[in-house]
Amino acid sequence: MIEFRKEFFANERDDNLNEIGKPTRRQDILGHVTGRSPYFDDHLFEGLLHIRCVRSPHHHARIRRIDVSAAEKMPGVVRVLLGKDVPLNLNTLLSLLDFGLDDEPVLSTTKVAYKGEPVAAIIAESEAQARAAVLAVKVDWEVLPHVLDVEDAVKPGAPVVCDVYPSNKFIYHGKFDHQKLRYGDVEEAFARADHIVEGRYQMSPIEQAPMETCGAIAAPEVNDRFVCFTSTQGLFFSLGTAAKLLTMPSSRLHFVGGTVGGGFGGKVDSMHEPLAILGAMLTGRPCKYAWDREEEMQVGAPRGAERWYIKDGIARDGRILARKFTGYFDSGAYTRLSSYAIIKGVGHLPGPYTIPNVYADVFCVYTNRTPATAMRGFGITGVDFAIEAHMDKGAEMAGLNPIDFRILNSYRDGDMKAHRRLAKNCALVECCQVVAEKGGVVLTQASRAATSLLDGGGERARLPSRTATDQNGIVSGFKGGNYAKKGGGASGPQPVALPIAASAPTPASASLASVRPASPTYQPAATPPPAPQPPAPAADTARHGALRFSSLSGFRRR
Amino acid sequence: MAMHRGRGFASINYPIGMNLGGDPSQALVHSNPDGKFTVALSSIDLGQGMKSVTRQIAAETLGIPVADVYVDTADSDTGPHCMGSFASRGTHRVGNAVIQAAQEARAVMLEAAAEELEVDATDLVTDGRGNIHVKGAPSRSITTMAACQAAQFKQGRTVSGRGIFLIPLSEVDPETGEMTPVSCFAHAAMLVEVEVDDETGEVSVLDMQSAYEVGRALNPKLVEQQLVGGAWMGMSHALWETTEPYYPDRSHGPVDFNNYLMPGPGDLAPHHISVLERPAPDGPFGGKGPGEMCANPVLPAVANAVYDAVGVRIDELPITPEKVLRGIRANGGARPKMRLARTQFAGAR
Repeated sequence: MIEFRKEFFANERDDNLNEIGKPTRRQDILGHVTGRSPYFDDHLFEGLLHIRCVRSPHHHARIRRIDVSAAEKMPGVVRVLLGKDVPLNLNTLLSLLDFGLDDEPVLSTTKVAYKGEPVAAIIAESEAQARAAVLAVKVDWEVLPHVLDVEDAVKPGAPVVCDVYPSNKFIYHGKFDHQKLRYGDVEEAFARADHIVEGRYQMSPIEQAPMETCGAIAAPEVNDRFVCFTSTQGLFFSLGTAAKLLTMPSSRLHFVGGTVGGGFGGKVDSMHEPLAILGAMLTGRPCKYAWDREEEMQVGAPRGAERWYIKDGIARDGRILARKFTGYFDSGAYTRLSSYAIIKGVGHLPGPYTIPNVYADVFCVYTNRTPATAMRGFGITGVDFAIEAHMDKGAEMAGLNPIDFRILNSYRDGDMKAHRRLAKNCALVECCQVVAEKGGVVLTQASRAATSLLDGGGERARLPSRTATDQNGIVSGFKGGNYAKKGGGASGPQPVALPIAASAPTPASASLASVRPASPTYQPAATPPPAPQPPAPAADTARHGALRFSSLSGFRRR
Repeated sequence: MAMHRGRGFASINYPIGMNLGGDPSQALVHSNPDGKFTVALSSIDLGQGMKSVTRQIAAETLGIPVADVYVDTADSDTGPHCMGSFASRGTHRVGNAVIQAAQEARAVMLEAAAEELEVDATDLVTDGRGNIHVKGAPSRSITTMAACQAAQFKQGRTVSGRGIFLIPLSEVDPETGEMTPVSCFAHAAMLVEVEVDDETGEVSVLDMQSAYEVGRALNPKLVEQQLVGGAWMGMSHALWETTEPYYPDRSHGPVDFNNYLMPGPGDLAPHHISVLERPAPDGPFGGKGPGEMCANPVLPAVANAVYDAVGVRIDELPITPEKVLRGIRANGGARPKMRLARTQFAGAR
């Protein structure tokens, strides 16, 4: 049951458009309902070969030897692939954004760090033959101690999951072992708060569970090119990843996709395309590499588990004075996309509320679990569960109805947010009011009269007069510049430079969102601008064949 | 032993797109000789309706019927670069690229029409039904088909356009986390009613009342399918799903849909959705991405409703019957809170 409440924000919309706002039938509906829309798996070439991987049965182990001699003699086996067959057998997905260090092999050669990690790939005439040959590969494992819990993994002496990050923590900006958010002084505010509310929240790892499992079919094309039909969620993302790992110019790759049987974030990792194309390169025949349901659920990267600790300081009237977070993202054995999700999560804190003091330390932690990746709401869903479960406790502590408590603390147009930009285009208050009305929850007069359009800005647009910063978690041995400067940063509203003196007149609150200051008072802590870095030779060779979309950070290991 | 009802609330906002920017998407638009347009993309349709929403955006911008537009995606030989379909970026980023490409193509179409009608192109408008006419003088008109035909066969013009949308990359300050994350936010509020069996620990979701603010519902049916499906996923995350085994040996993890638990049709609750539309200044016709955020408020709302019903805080997902029972036992029995009780004055609208 759905209704459109057109009376809200009506003066901000033109509802008289020809095509926008119409319930037009999908362009592709006929193909879908008649079963004729082509998916990657419908491109079953004649002579198609099948790829199955040999996977680690251990959470953590050193590979002493891989013996494929028996497997190579099995019926139908065309070729066995090992790490040495992959032209560039090390990658991190976000290298396309220049974010993070290459940390994950396509086929591991020296050790495995999660159960299910691939160490060899069988290419055979049939899937059944490939499965049989997988069982004939003998791997001599030296089992290592493993760690499955994020807080155990960051303790001194924990097993090192990923050699690239020996402390089991991703390194941010080449400088800290976590991403910080510092806004005001939470400790000072806790000291004067009337209520303190603390909580610990744990999100579970979750399977994206698309109907169509992840996969790709690659085949040699004319003119020395390869075609790849894929279920990817990012066509050029997967193409760029394959070009890098296969050290091949993108012009030799022809990717076709676009119609996918559900993704939900699980089809970004580009695990299948490089191996399918490599198979086609080395056999000269079409190759299919796809997960079965068991691999989809146990090898395919899930939504990573997150653990959050939250502490709130609340005033007697129910206003939240300070909120402190400590977060641990379980990235599993490799980085994939978790490091970026944390930045997204930190930019989202403290949720849709205006809180004058906010603090967060968020760690991207490596454990011997299946690597985590994107899923619907990546970087946000887990912390929103924590924030909103915590808000319920805060409301109870303050003696307020949970909806009144949200509206009281809700952000409004023109409010300063903890990442030091002004809020605009807000609508949280109105959503709360509509649900209260529908659910028959009686709100206070103040909550009923509240609006996102007014009551914001002014005092609420101010940056804190003082922010407590620190150098906790500083690391050495990594170097990295800041994020790229070119062209960035100017698109959103900037901090408003209000004088600290309380007597200064403040501009009309409603107009604050569009004000751009001449000189912001806030200055980042006294860090010298990063020196330009000479190109690192190792990194340059690693870049060979890689398509790079942009440069997010000059992040290199020394 | 008894059944206890409770209600839980949550409200959220959601950042649209890759939050640091630096994630461009491109679009190419061109016309056949008879005025039928193709939009070439490399963006992925995951079932969310990427092809359909970009088709409506192109038609609206070009000023032609939606039937005259076909969206072709995704072939890397013909479609220009797109970062991909994730982070709720499809509608916002690709939609803006399509607007830019369609505006360029529309300008050529109007110039061609102007030459045929011997008027100034700035005096021309489209009626959205396949005609171009002089503003205020509908009789001085030419069909979009004739204009495109004239452009290509008489005037030697390509009726085509290129579009790209890029939010430039933002820096992040290592010490304070100062950054310029995303450009717009969607919003939601959710009230969930549950029933908890204090003998078995089982939780049933009885009813969901929601409000979602999506910028603009570019296609209300596509928005509806996202919100309905996403809320189901949120309920599933709250009460059922985990790739972890329920018991501690990791070899007991789920490998198929028999033991990876999800709610079935009988577990679904009626969901009463209200859609609010506050257009995003930089969204295509104000649109934000509804696809991801729709699940988020449901998880905490269910946890809060369980507390309201039996007084047990479950801070670790999923909320299994075992956790509920252990919590009730630790409290010495169910302790209903009823903090969001419906009142007799409610609902007057």
